[in-house]
Amino acid sequence: MSPKSKRLMLFFVATVFLATAAGLTLSALKENIVYFFTPSEINLQEIGNRSVRIGGLVQSGSIKIEGLTASFIIEDADSQQVVLYKGALPDIFRDGQGVIAEGKFNTNIFIADVVMAKHDEQYMPREIADKLKEQGVWQGDAPK
Amino acid sequence: MITEIGHFSLILAFIVSLCQGAVPFYARYKMGEQMHLLTPRLAIINALCVSISFLCLVWAFIVSDFSVALVAEHSHSSKPMIYKISGSWGNHEGSLLMWIFILSIFGAALALTQKAMPVLHKSTTLGVQAMISAAFLAFSLFTSNPFERLTSAPIDGNGLNPVLQDVGLAMHPPTLYLGYVGLSLAFSFAIAALINNSVDKNWARYMRPWVQIAWSALTLGIGLGSWWAYYELGWGGWWFWDPVENASLMPWLAATALLHSVIVVERQEHLKSWTVLLAIIGFSLSLLGTFIVRSGLLTSVHSFASDPTRGLFILAILIFSIGPPLMLFAIRGPNIKSNGPLQLLSREAGLVINNFLLVCASITVLIGTFYPIALEMVSGTKITVGPPYFMATFNPIMGLLVIFMGIAPLLMWRRGLLPKSAKIWMIALSALIIISGLFYWENNGLSIPAIAGIATTIWLGFALIGDIVLRIRTLYKNNHSDFWKRCVHLQWGMWVAHIGIVIFLIGALGDGIYRSESIARMNPGETVLLGTDKAEFMAISNNSGPNYDALIATLKLTDQANQQIGILQPEKRIYPVERQTTTEAAIKRTLTGDYYAVLGDGNITDGYTIRLYHKPYISWIWFGVILMASGAVASLLIERSKNRQKHAGLLT
Repeated sequence: MSPKSKRLMLFFVATVFLATAAGLTLSALKENIVYFFTPSEINLQEIGNRSVRIGGLVQSGSIKIEGLTASFIIEDADSQQVVLYKGALPDIFRDGQGVIAEGKFNTNIFIADVVMAKHDEQYMPREIADKLKEQGVWQGDAPK
Repeated sequence: MITEIGHFSLILAFIVSLCQGAVPFYARYKMGEQMHLLTPRLAIINALCVSISFLCLVWAFIVSDFSVALVAEHSHSSKPMIYKISGSWGNHEGSLLMWIFILSIFGAALALTQKAMPVLHKSTTLGVQAMISAAFLAFSLFTSNPFERLTSAPIDGNGLNPVLQDVGLAMHPPTLYLGYVGLSLAFSFAIAALINNSVDKNWARYMRPWVQIAWSALTLGIGLGSWWAYYELGWGGWWFWDPVENASLMPWLAATALLHSVIVVERQEHLKSWTVLLAIIGFSLSLLGTFIVRSGLLTSVHSFASDPTRGLFILAILIFSIGPPLMLFAIRGPNIKSNGPLQLLSREAGLVINNFLLVCASITVLIGTFYPIALEMVSGTKITVGPPYFMATFNPIMGLLVIFMGIAPLLMWRRGLLPKSAKIWMIALSALIIISGLFYWENNGLSIPAIAGIATTIWLGFALIGDIVLRIRTLYKNNHSDFWKRCVHLQWGMWVAHIGIVIFLIGALGDGIYRSESIARMNPGETVLLGTDKAEFMAISNNSGPNYDALIATLKLTDQANQQIGILQPEKRIYPVERQTTTEAAIKRTLTGDYYAVLGDGNITDGYTIRLYHKPYISWIWFGVILMASGAVASLLIERSKNRQKHAGLLT
């Protein structure tokens, strides 16, 4: 093979590989994106059977724990969402805490696989902070 | 007073850095060869100033001087001494000072070593290094001054986030920074070589040790971070594809590519402009990592208090250290001539594939990390990209890389295969088929990624052993009188690092494929199954530590045959000063796997939530990381000893 045709072949192989990699990356991205909603943004038809994240504050007095199953309500300014979760809740899970739950809808109840709240008690997931500030429910951290 | 000394030397360091950055260019303009001798001296003075400054800050933390705002905000008199010290870099301002400290130490180290390096090149490299240093000193002095005083000192401090009061965390940032900042020196080498038009063998030879040190530290730093997350966060995982973890993985991938391509430049004068580009990209990616952590763009365990002006400042540094260098590269790059065409079947071609795959892998990580941010900026839609994305993209690419790792070391420089390498590949291939077949049969079927992972690991393991045996045997058969001396000079660094990867893969696969977990709400006296083992909840008790109160559960683990495996005592700690609770996982470590228990919430009437994991071979992950890091250092040492011998040979 002459150096030129060798270079051409190398170029061809690299291009094919890159194109495959790009295709796989894009399809993986498309399948594995998880959208985030607050309770008032939930549109059941649009979500369907996809895995999504729901975030907001835990409604005061809504936490019920039976054995390993916990049920609670995530709320924002306008709306509430009932969440069922089986497993260990985070350390600082409590009334009024900002949380994010990831899971799927079963009719209109949200079945969470994961419930997240950070170790820091002042922690507010940024997604929630932004939206709640927009809606005026929550004013942000007291200035340090 | 000490605080003021620290502040003053920081300002002094800033001025010295500005001079150090200007000298080489002024000297070029004035044709003053002698002036270039000044730059290394300035680098040493700079390092002295910054070290004094850093020590002053640590001192303020040690004596709990609460009149310093930073100490008041992040420390507390009741904290154990080690965490008082590590607390000085557990916050934005302090960690930035540490960054600058390491940067200046690298500068001084270059000034003091590599005496044979041409003065002009050393001076220019240190000049570029000083510009980076000046930018970060300005960042520290103007937006995040660690030495700010309070007008009225509080009686006691706010304390440090309890999650951060940990040995792993005391060590994680310094090692990681050593890696990040070490890459800055490679960057400075690259820019200096572009300025001086001196990208050649010698340039690569002088740069390579720094890349090895930086890579080794970066590897260790990421490993420490993952180890800390594993035992401290109580989620039982070791890698979460968290954006901040990705931010450290990207420079690691680039640095790994650089580590390999610089060898090609040194040996064959190939891949020259590519290596320069990699050095620029590697450091840019580590700055990008810093930007992500500091700007508050992302929330994670790593975020420091966010402040938009700081984010903007780092963004400015980032743009300044990517833009002009790339422009310089565009202008000077075409002048760099590499050494003729590349042979397809050669070591250098193998290393090109290595670089290509590593860059592809870092691009997939880049996309997964920044796509959500970009999408939110453009459309306001909030999304996350989770682990499945990375498993579908990153893992296959790395799998390919592992396959090539079994091939490339058996290729020779310039062209051809090592004799008998076909035999090694045949053996590795049959081992692969037999052993993965056994795994498949034993488990009644495994998923395709799992089998692929096992197969590639076996392939690499056998190919590596084959390579080692073959080279040692060839050396032995040649029957040199100095067999041992020559044996020591074989490529042990590479072998150790690659064996590290095999060990790492065994750990990652063992945990990924065979882990088991169970969650239960239990009262003392009850038992839960974990895989085939059993855990009995023996008791719950209270205890108090130096600055916390703890609730401790005692669990007894037994295996199928009722043999005791061990006692696990997970804790829940309440820190009254910080008003926080943390969970302390209990881990029973064995070579073949860890047992991991976490105590959740609960009370004596309803029982306590207890999570248990069995994680086979997980500690091998960190053994592997340690081997990889030592491999790079070993390679550095072997290379030095070889050079010294060569010199000695020339002299006699």
